[in-house]
Amino acid sequence: MSANEIVLKEEIAPQTYRYVVRHPKIARKRRAGQFVILRVHEGGERVPLTIVDSDPEAGTVTLIFQAVGHSTRELAELEVGDQVLDLAGPLGQPTHIENFGTACVIGGGYGTAPVLPIAVALREAGNELLGIVGARTRELVILEEELQALCSRLEVATDDGSYGHHGFVTDVLQKLLDEGQKIDFVLAIGPAPMMRAVSDLTRQHGIKTMVSLNPLMVDGTGMCGGCRVEVGGETKFACVDGPEFDGHLVNFDLLMKRQATYKPQETEACQLESHCRLSEHLRH
Amino acid sequence: MPHPSQNPRQPMPEQPPEERIKNFSEVPLGYTPEQAQAEASRCLRCRKPQCVAGCPVAVDIPGFLALAAEGKFTEAANKIMETNVLPAVCGRVCPQETQCEALCVLGKKGEPIAVGRIERFVADWQRERGEYQPPERPSPSGKRVAIVGSGPAGLTAAADLAKRGHEVTVFEALHEMGGVLVYGIPEFRLPKAILKAEVNRLQELGVKLETSAVIGKLDTIEDLLTEEGFDAVFVGTGAGLPTFMGLPGENLIGVYSANEFLTRSNLMRAYDSNQADTPIARGQRVMVVGGGNVAMDAARTARRLGAEKVILAYRRSREEMPARAEEIHHAEEEGIEFHLLSAPVAFLGDDNSRLRAAVIQKMELGEPDDSGRRRPVPIEGSEFEEPIDVAVIAIGAGANPLIASTTPGLETNRKGYIVADSETGATSLPGVYAGGDIVTGSATVIEAMGAGRRAAAAIDEYLKSL
Ligand SMILES: Cc1cc2nc3c(=O)[nH]c(=O)nc-3n(C[C@H](O)[C@H](O)[C@H](O)COP(=O)(O)OP(=O)(O)OC[C@H]3O[C@@H](n4cnc5c(N)ncnc54)[C@H](O)[C@@H]3O)c2cc1C
Ligand code: SF4
Ligand code: FES
Repeated sequence: MSANEIVLKEEIAPQTYRYVVRHPKIARKRRAGQFVILRVHEGGERVPLTIVDSDPEAGTVTLIFQAVGHSTRELAELEVGDQVLDLAGPLGQPTHIENFGTACVIGGGYGTAPVLPIAVALREAGNELLGIVGARTRELVILEEELQALCSRLEVATDDGSYGHHGFVTDVLQKLLDEGQKIDFVLAIGPAPMMRAVSDLTRQHGIKTMVSLNPLMVDGTGMCGGCRVEVGGETKFACVDGPEFDGHLVNFDLLMKRQATYKPQETEACQLESHCRLSEHLRH
Repeated sequence: MPHPSQNPRQPMPEQPPEERIKNFSEVPLGYTPEQAQAEASRCLRCRKPQCVAGCPVAVDIPGFLALAAEGKFTEAANKIMETNVLPAVCGRVCPQETQCEALCVLGKKGEPIAVGRIERFVADWQRERGEYQPPERPSPSGKRVAIVGSGPAGLTAAADLAKRGHEVTVFEALHEMGGVLVYGIPEFRLPKAILKAEVNRLQELGVKLETSAVIGKLDTIEDLLTEEGFDAVFVGTGAGLPTFMGLPGENLIGVYSANEFLTRSNLMRAYDSNQADTPIARGQRVMVVGGGNVAMDAARTARRLGAEKVILAYRRSREEMPARAEEIHHAEEEGIEFHLLSAPVAFLGDDNSRLRAAVIQKMELGEPDDSGRRRPVPIEGSEFEEPIDVAVIAIGAGANPLIASTTPGLETNRKGYIVADSETGATSLPGVYAGGDIVTGSATVIEAMGAGRRAAAAIDEYLKSL
């Protein structure tokens, strides 16, 4: 097997793929919360994706992504045996893991993927785990079984009510708190509006909350500053200072606006071309 | 017949400004063989050549000029390559006017020899004709050296160490080799195909090139020396940290660091949207802040990306601009508007946080500061709004902490640069050497190459002592 080779490809939900890619060194060195940057072909974008899992013995890393834009659709076209052109990592700071007591992990959409390795690490550190998984609709709920195995209690919420609670993950979190459930730490990963809603709720209850940010990135080494985010009024580079930050201090409004930097250009390009050259961000 | 030294300096043919602002092709078109020979014939072959003293790697300038004057262009290129592994690059980007050409005796009364243009010509000639011959390699020393960073410092150290028989691997964080030469300096000044050809020669020397290898994250320096079994490490990671100004509105959409703007355009080829997927903002009214090479490159790139108006705001006066004279001249020809003694104090955005204007303040020159240059002093009440949709901050770069923060015991200075001996590149850790911008702060290609070269000699000595 050669480096960067895809050894397993699985569509785990519509347009949502799990790839197992060979890179023995990243597999050995990476820690929960870190990510890679890959390119599919010459001229392709540098695409950041969280490392969901790794197998140091087999020398592989697991990546999960949704094929929603130009670059992720190209990635989804690769098959087992193909190689990704470039694979750099592990990037970013590993998650700070400790025994908080009771930790609640919350994943929204394919943001549930990066929650998994952190949930494993939290569990290993002795935390009691609660889990909430949110998705638009039933078939987009991912990793439910895996999280079920780790959590003493796992709740699911879907926007359309097709499965679990009808509504948002914050409704479920509110319910847990109303029931008097003790929660000492929250980790939330998903779309920015969801991470903001969770942070707003936990701020009222004084519960420490970490979120993983996914701004646009280029190099991933702190060289360009394109990934800058505001945390507690200070500018941080998400690729080297993060990607995880205290949710109570993040300026989510700025994050969401900066994520949309190239949207006008893409809309124009979509109208001009037969296919959209969406450069969405792909981590989570 | 008067000596050819009395002839005028050969002019460089160039793409006319109105044409070149519509493309990313190289601006200077290069000498013809006749021009190169005529220009090289002007050299006096001084007994104590001043030009060589001005060259940070001491290229045998009169030596290669003599060969070029005879039309032996490939031999001339080989002569340069005895000391400089990137002649086609240096012929294009070195500030000759402050180095070799500044000291050329002919410059005292008339015009100095166009050393850079001839260097460029002979290097191109040799490459285009495939006449490069890799030097003989001595028998393997059995020693292994890791080079971290593939900028001019790292590439030079790699070549010199390989020529001495050591097994060399270059680790580069990005997906392409070259450092600033590939991510920073634009295609119209340094075509990437030329850089690639010069980098490929390293492979012919037996150097292994590993891209997408972020040292400090994948392997640390210590891992390289232990787990990976290298006998020495050279760190040439450059000054890869963007500087922002800390102004209100600096995180608005449309405000870029020069590193990001140039990386998108150069490394990611965003200028060529038919070939590349990475987007870049194509502003109509662009303001670049700064007065160095980086600022000129950003302004000229914005122009080529289609901007109607490109302003360059610089807080001092023209005399203090650190950019190469040729770049300033080219920028002006391309219609870049210089706003001297001006600096932004804030950026203003619309409801979607998109940049719409900069607030600019005028300056006047006061007393000299530490650098000996007169300090710009803001003029109260001089602020005005300049409508812009893209701003590029090109006011310098700092030390990227990735290596220092993951290498215990590696001494850095107050600003985070690695402390290394200026003659040997030796750091506070045995077997670990450093050179280039990560030691000196942002400097030049050739100074980084000089540092790589001196460190390679010291590493060679160190390896022999093991
Ligand atoms: C836009 C621009 C224009 C310039 N124009 C000129 C000019 O015309 N003439 C001139 O002489 N000089 C110019 N300079 C300055 C010149 O390019 C630099 O001084 C020179 O490149 C420094 O060389 P270096 O080898 O020290 O580092 P760099 O060229 O910065 O290369 C460092 C390399 O190390 C890599 N790296 C960093 N960290 C790691 C890590 N942890 N692991 C692995 N790899 C890593 C980086 O990705 C990079 O590729 C310019 C600079 C810029 C930015
Ligand atoms: S100083 Fe000028 S004339 Fe003298 S050797 Fe150097 S290039 Fe030739
Ligand atoms: S992606 Fe360039 S600094 Fe973070």
